[in-house]
Amino acid sequence: MKTDAKPHLTQLTIHELVDAYRAGSTTPTAATEAYLARIAAHDDKVGGYLTVTREEALAQAHAADERYRKGIPRGPLDGAPFAIKDVFCTRGIRTTCGSKILDGFVPPYDATVVTKLKEAGAVVLGKTNMDEFAMGSSTEHSGFKLTRNPWDLARVPGGSSGGSAAAVAGDLAVAALGTDTGGSVRQPAAFCGVVGLKPTYGRVSRYGLVAFASSLDHVGPLTRDVQDAALVLETIAGLDPHDSTSVPEAVPHYAAALTGDVRGIKIGVPKEYFTPGMDPDVQRSVREAIAVLEKLGAATEEISLPMTDYGIAVYYIIAPAEASSNLARYDGVKYGLRVPGGKDLIDMVSRTRAAGFGAEVKRRIVLGTYALSAGYYDAYYGRAQKVRTLVRRDFERAFARVDLIVAPTTPGVAFRHGEREDPLSMYLNDVFTVGADLAGLPGISVRCGFSAAGLPIGLQVIGRAFDESRVLRVAHAYEQATSWLEKRPQL
Amino acid sequence: MNARPAPATKSYETVIGLEVHAQLLTRSKMFCGCPTSFGAAPNTQTCPVCLGMPGVLPVINRSAIEFSVKTALAFGCRVNRACRFARKHYYYPDMPKNYQISQYEEPLAEEGWLEIEVGGGVKRIGIQRLHLEEDVGKLVHEGTLETAHASLVDYNRAGVPLMETVSKPELRSPEEAAAYLRAFRAVLVYLGVCDGNMEEGSLRCDANISLRGRGAKELGTKVEIKNLNSFRNVQRALEFEVERQARALDAGERIVQETRLWDADRGYTRSMRSKEYAHDYRYFPEPDLVPLELEPSFIAEIQANLPELPRARRQRFVSQHGLPPYDADVLTQSRALAEYFEAAVRDFPNAKVVSNWVMSELLRVLPGDDEAAIRATKLTPSRLAGLLTLVDDGTISGKIAKDVFEKMFRSGDDAAAIVKREGLTQVADTGALERIVDDVLAANPRPVDDFKKGRSAAKGALVGLVMKATQGKANPGLVNSILEEKLSKA
Amino acid sequence: MIGDKDVEHVARLARLALTESERARMREQLSAILQYIDKLKAVDVEGVEPTSHAVPLLNVMRDDEPAPCLPQSEALANAPDRVGEFFRVPRIIED
Repeated sequence: MKTDAKPHLTQLTIHELVDAYRAGSTTPTAATEAYLARIAAHDDKVGGYLTVTREEALAQAHAADERYRKGIPRGPLDGAPFAIKDVFCTRGIRTTCGSKILDGFVPPYDATVVTKLKEAGAVVLGKTNMDEFAMGSSTEHSGFKLTRNPWDLARVPGGSSGGSAAAVAGDLAVAALGTDTGGSVRQPAAFCGVVGLKPTYGRVSRYGLVAFASSLDHVGPLTRDVQDAALVLETIAGLDPHDSTSVPEAVPHYAAALTGDVRGIKIGVPKEYFTPGMDPDVQRSVREAIAVLEKLGAATEEISLPMTDYGIAVYYIIAPAEASSNLARYDGVKYGLRVPGGKDLIDMVSRTRAAGFGAEVKRRIVLGTYALSAGYYDAYYGRAQKVRTLVRRDFERAFARVDLIVAPTTPGVAFRHGEREDPLSMYLNDVFTVGADLAGLPGISVRCGFSAAGLPIGLQVIGRAFDESRVLRVAHAYEQATSWLEKRPQL
Repeated sequence: MNARPAPATKSYETVIGLEVHAQLLTRSKMFCGCPTSFGAAPNTQTCPVCLGMPGVLPVINRSAIEFSVKTALAFGCRVNRACRFARKHYYYPDMPKNYQISQYEEPLAEEGWLEIEVGGGVKRIGIQRLHLEEDVGKLVHEGTLETAHASLVDYNRAGVPLMETVSKPELRSPEEAAAYLRAFRAVLVYLGVCDGNMEEGSLRCDANISLRGRGAKELGTKVEIKNLNSFRNVQRALEFEVERQARALDAGERIVQETRLWDADRGYTRSMRSKEYAHDYRYFPEPDLVPLELEPSFIAEIQANLPELPRARRQRFVSQHGLPPYDADVLTQSRALAEYFEAAVRDFPNAKVVSNWVMSELLRVLPGDDEAAIRATKLTPSRLAGLLTLVDDGTISGKIAKDVFEKMFRSGDDAAAIVKREGLTQVADTGALERIVDDVLAANPRPVDDFKKGRSAAKGALVGLVMKATQGKANPGLVNSILEEKLSKA
Repeated sequence: MIGDKDVEHVARLARLALTESERARMREQLSAILQYIDKLKAVDVEGVEPTSHAVPLLNVMRDDEPAPCLPQSEALANAPDRVGEFFRVPRIIED
């Protein structure tokens, strides 16, 4: 990080922080205390956290202190204070998925990725706010509170991992876990100017990730810089016997891929990702970023992803359909909210779901149920899954010619709260991100500039399945060749 | 229901199909590692997965697949190498996720058959399909389902592997239906894939029944009958239904397509309060599981290791061992008993004798369908054969042998050891016996007199006295002939 | 596009009690969304296989080994209504 003033403890990246732990110049407890203090001072403005786990965090930090004192730290994440999106089950800690229907739910088990982080020595500061059940692109659909973009508190942080993105951007956690189903890691990362990585589908276990759309949900880190994203991915990736869709692919030492050398890498720039209606600042920044990559030695060419126009339509059939199924379990019987006074079981269940779910979730449940219902399955869900195959083929064809795809992450920058009330206009935010979800391909968003109003802009890099190393390498090289990270939001 | 109107069934043909759900004898559940044993305290055999908690994912139990393939092959089904699981959606509190992971368009197996014996003949009933799914939890109603203010839920059973088989509608009478279920159960128990316990619910049966005019091609409106928890109840419920539907059709009424519950106590089926709209299960392929593509070698190995099934074994006992059908029936009631019999015959190759001893003596001390007890008994088939050999070569009498049998069962000792230890060897020394007979005749003039006077029963008494004098060890045949001789001379 | 009856039917399938105004608003919004989604009709999907599974894996199974269960207290800990060792639910009218 090139800056004149000495950075505060809460401004360091994971790797800088852990270096400091190793050097003895600070401790996990000091860092954790510093973060907790910042949360106490600023989170009422930002609204990133739903639950802060102060005692548990300090206990974990103390244990990490001990390990550094004894010279036996667990690895590159030991003592790093993380925020966890409230969609992940955390044993003994309230988990709401941003929904009133799970208020009071305390899971008796940890998600696999949470276990992995804890085993790596990470400190869990708390659970972050999100769009209810990960359905949304602004975190305005949380059942509990609003999250504000640290760059401009009148604007959204993006969604659904808005709390996580805002926490990292606002220095309220060194890194966070989020989930990406239609873009929910990359889009808030772009809006908040942080790094957001969505790995290949099956790279990271989904066990303990409360399902929204099973075939589209991905776990991903939000971090300050690309090296941190690589470190987190190394820790959370890998086969999990609890997840039948996790892939037995060896986990490479991702951080070792960050050589800075991008010479000879062929980059495709999809013409469909530069649409007439999009923000001209975004267009300009991304084009300039591509020029930087060319200067670094990458070869760029224009490509076409003709199915881009259909991505939203495909996504907004498949995701709600799977969601309507995954959310059927919330019925007031075994956990969560139960509305009293129902005259019988069906009445209780219907009232509980009516009271517990917000408008966006209800909308998607109805849409999804409709798409799966008798007589409509072939026309909607069946057809959408076929078009999805065509979207995947689009990418396969592109990757026969190029190694990576570079594009904007979003068509615009963070918008104001309440600006996108119409559901369809909200859905269109996801136009550049859904493709990588539908195809299960790895994608990252990194900061590549600011709009005229000073809002961050995200550059997206998409790669072949299980080629996170190359995605990270190019993103890192770009990051190191520019100085966008010097600017910080003023909270 | 007091007066029973005359059955109106002559003009109709009964069409029945049976749907059987069998809990598989795997050690753990279908999609998680919870144990499957029956009778545990409520909600003590659950985990986040089978409770349908947020964030959980299923993982297929390999044994459940193996057991299902085994069953499918035993029924002559075509195993679909490529198959997958699907979600079946409906709301009910015994189903934690409000969808059941089942199979829909690509079931594990299809197009099999089962032979049943009815009316002295053999009939082949088609099996439409066989698939795997997860069982649901148990509901306990405070009162009856109608009067209860609330119900209680136990999820121990939720997630147990359930194999569903659907027969073709080729059964033509309640009797055939009961026979089908019996034969079906026997195959499953023989294979060791299900314990067939209908009282505990590890084997459950629903029936679909409709009536049509004799000679009609179209099927009538079918009614589903549930709560059939024994062979007898299957037959009774269907007999009731045949009458009910026939009477209704005779009266010109329309049969309502519905689900009816059999009430065993009151002897009738009653309609479940239901709206007449069918469930929309909204099936779609289970995205949390990947498809199965079973290797041909995997299927072939299971095929090669299929045990001989009950009917085939019964027939072979008659043809190969020359046993009467009654004996074959009794001896094949369980796989363990049949194997016991054949092992004994290997060492003592007189099948009828072995059969007699197994049926009259062994089955006095062991239940014929208790696989575990039969396999565990200390009175092994080879030991039984040893006992029978001693009888056959005259070492001991048949009567003594029965005592020895008891002792062998309790102690686990060989027949020879017991006979030696207790000096039970038959006395066949003619000279010694003659002396004993002389003594008995001399000491008992009355029976001798009675015999001479024509009372042949007196001879039996004398035989008894000789046996007593020899502690039962005298060879009865010899005693008889010596006595005969001496009495004729007396 | 999607009628009031459709929304009512689907809401019942999904066990969602909607108010009349919610139903009306839902019908409007969903009609607009479904209209947008209709662009998929223009795509030629002849002979195209659906993406039923997102990973190219087959035969993922586990050994039939029992694993530790949740203690009864943890299984019941989140129950909205618990009676002894059971979850309790209001009376069930057959549907």
